[in-house]
Amino acid sequence: MKASSGAASKKSAGDGNTPIIEMKLYVAGQTPKSLAALSNLNKICKEHLHGRYKLQVIDLVKKPQLAQTDQILAIPTLVRKLPVPIRKIIGDLSDLERVVLVLNFKENGGAK
Amino acid sequence: MATARVQNIDSSRRAPQLEKSRTGISGFDEITRGGLPKGRTSIVCGGPGCGKTMFAVECLVRGATQFGEPGVLMTFEEPAEEMAKNVASLGFDLKDLMARKKLVMDYVHIEPAEIQETGSYDLEGLFVRLQYAVDSVGAKRVVLDTPEAIFSGFSNQGLLRAELRRLFRWLRERGLTTIITAERGEGVLTRHGLEEYVSDCVILLDHRVSEQVSTRRLRIVKYRGSSHGADEYPFLIDEQGFSVLPSSSMRLNHPVSRDRISTGVKDLDEMLEGKGLYRGSTALVSGTAGSGKSSLSAHFANRTCTDGKKCLYIAFEESPAQVVRNMRSIGIDLEAHVKKGLLVLEAWRPTQSGLEMHLLQIHKLIERHKPAVVIIDPITNLMGGDEHEIHAMLMRLIDFLKAQQITAFFTALTSGAHKEIEMTDVGISSLIDTWLFVRDVELNGERNRCIYVLKSRGMAHSNQVREFVMTDEGIRLLPVYVGGGTVLTGSARLNQEAHEMAEALQRKQNIEERRRSMEQRRKAVEAQIAALRADLADEEARANGNVAEEEERERRMTQHALEMANRRKGTSIEKRRGRIAGER
Repeated sequence: MKASSGAASKKSAGDGNTPIIEMKLYVAGQTPKSLAALSNLNKICKEHLHGRYKLQVIDLVKKPQLAQTDQILAIPTLVRKLPVPIRKIIGDLSDLERVVLVLNFKENGGAK
Repeated sequence: MATARVQNIDSSRRAPQLEKSRTGISGFDEITRGGLPKGRTSIVCGGPGCGKTMFAVECLVRGATQFGEPGVLMTFEEPAEEMAKNVASLGFDLKDLMARKKLVMDYVHIEPAEIQETGSYDLEGLFVRLQYAVDSVGAKRVVLDTPEAIFSGFSNQGLLRAELRRLFRWLRERGLTTIITAERGEGVLTRHGLEEYVSDCVILLDHRVSEQVSTRRLRIVKYRGSSHGADEYPFLIDEQGFSVLPSSSMRLNHPVSRDRISTGVKDLDEMLEGKGLYRGSTALVSGTAGSGKSSLSAHFANRTCTDGKKCLYIAFEESPAQVVRNMRSIGIDLEAHVKKGLLVLEAWRPTQSGLEMHLLQIHKLIERHKPAVVIIDPITNLMGGDEHEIHAMLMRLIDFLKAQQITAFFTALTSGAHKEIEMTDVGISSLIDTWLFVRDVELNGERNRCIYVLKSRGMAHSNQVREFVMTDEGIRLLPVYVGGGTVLTGSARLNQEAHEMAEALQRKQNIEERRRSMEQRRKAVEAQIAALRADLADEEARANGNVAEEEERERRMTQHALEMANRRKGTSIEKRRGRIAGER
């Protein structure tokens, strides 16, 4: 897996009023579901987020101790750390539109 | 073929018992004959607040502290902090165990509001976490506290079931002794039917209230591959944790002792072969109110402590302070023994809790203090409920005491007419080794106490009825007077005593008199004999005199005849006699 253990993060300046989205994708080894999730996420980032994001991919097989901190149960799980509130999307992220919707969700009902 | 079959049978016979993991929970390992199935999953289910979590956590803590088996506690409903606080009241320090690497806690929290599901997923995260936790301390035991909570966090119930099944398999493959707690559902053991997947051991806890008294009970619904007690066992959760009360063992094989211990009342020991009770036996003192049962108990307690042994005294009628004060009035200082730690005086209201709870409390006290003697005063106060239940409870208690060689001394309050007194206790009489009976005797406007030994197994006890008198130096048992079909006690006895004394004096005088007259008679007879002897001697003398005279006369006559013959110069008498013979 190319983006294992939090090393890979993509970054872009972004414009002033749209906040950067910070995400963590939790996977457990190179299972079909994990690979599917990663490829779906990459697609979303490219098409919808236009560089306004940070992504960290965490393989729990290698770093199991990280599962507890983010309360990971289901695999794969995409955690949107920022902006608050925290959002979790579980599954292989195959419903692209829904994922985008959740990622752009704002507390005061912005993205709906 | 035939040999193979034989071998089969043989091997099945020799097959080792299912390996078990001791829980360390008092009583539980006895009823399961060794604990939970080792390396397998057990379910503990029950309603809210029934003690599921306590059971599981105690098993984990004891495993870590007593059996060298570190554990993982995975909670699904309570954060680790809260859990640690909750079980601290049972004396378990989870934080310390975690610091010493004997325990890992992981709180699995699912917030449905922040989770969205898109596409397929599994619960690998749970496995990863569990594996990590197990590896970090080398855990042998795992507790999953209500994993059913995840059903509310995810929409795909079918997937959850499959994943849980996979989890149980996973746990089993790793040989982890696991306890899963589950909430009891309507008409089923667990709300989501977990018992279908986990079928090695299912334990049901129950908390019910009857007549405003709450009782917790435990039942082993299922234990694959092992025999187990099938009853409902009462249990208790208190500051020492969980304790289950095993029912009585069916076998009567407790050790017996030939040692004797004094009852503390010298006269009573005398009635029991002069030696007192057998050590490890069960004594019961029945009697009506105020017949001196408590005083007897206090004597026994006093004696036990004086001999340097520990005594547990459970009072259901008086507070410890009251017992101490009252017994001082008959010259027994219990307080000194309490201060030395030899006497443990406990008192609580019999209505405070259910029958089993009393029993359990008694069990715990015995286990904590390890007394040589247990006194329960009065045991009848426990007998509010069903007779059968009481009998069973007493049997359990007595079995327990006998197994530990503890001498038991119970008192029983009886009421009603005299004839029925003995009848009411028949239910428990078979359990009692030595049964003393104190009863009132009303006579001449007085009420006095009598005591007798109704039975005493294994000794030639006295058959006497004694009067029971309390002096300021303790209890004395005096012989009573039996005459004309009634037993005399109190002043009647004193009267009788005086009367008998007078009679005795009279008898003594009579004897004296008779002896004197006899003496006189003897003297008279002797005098007579002397007189007769004198007579006899007289007569004899006289008779002797006559004979001599006769002889003299004869001699003289012969002399005379000779002289006559000589004078005639003729033949001598002899010649004459010879001539006469020749003429013939």
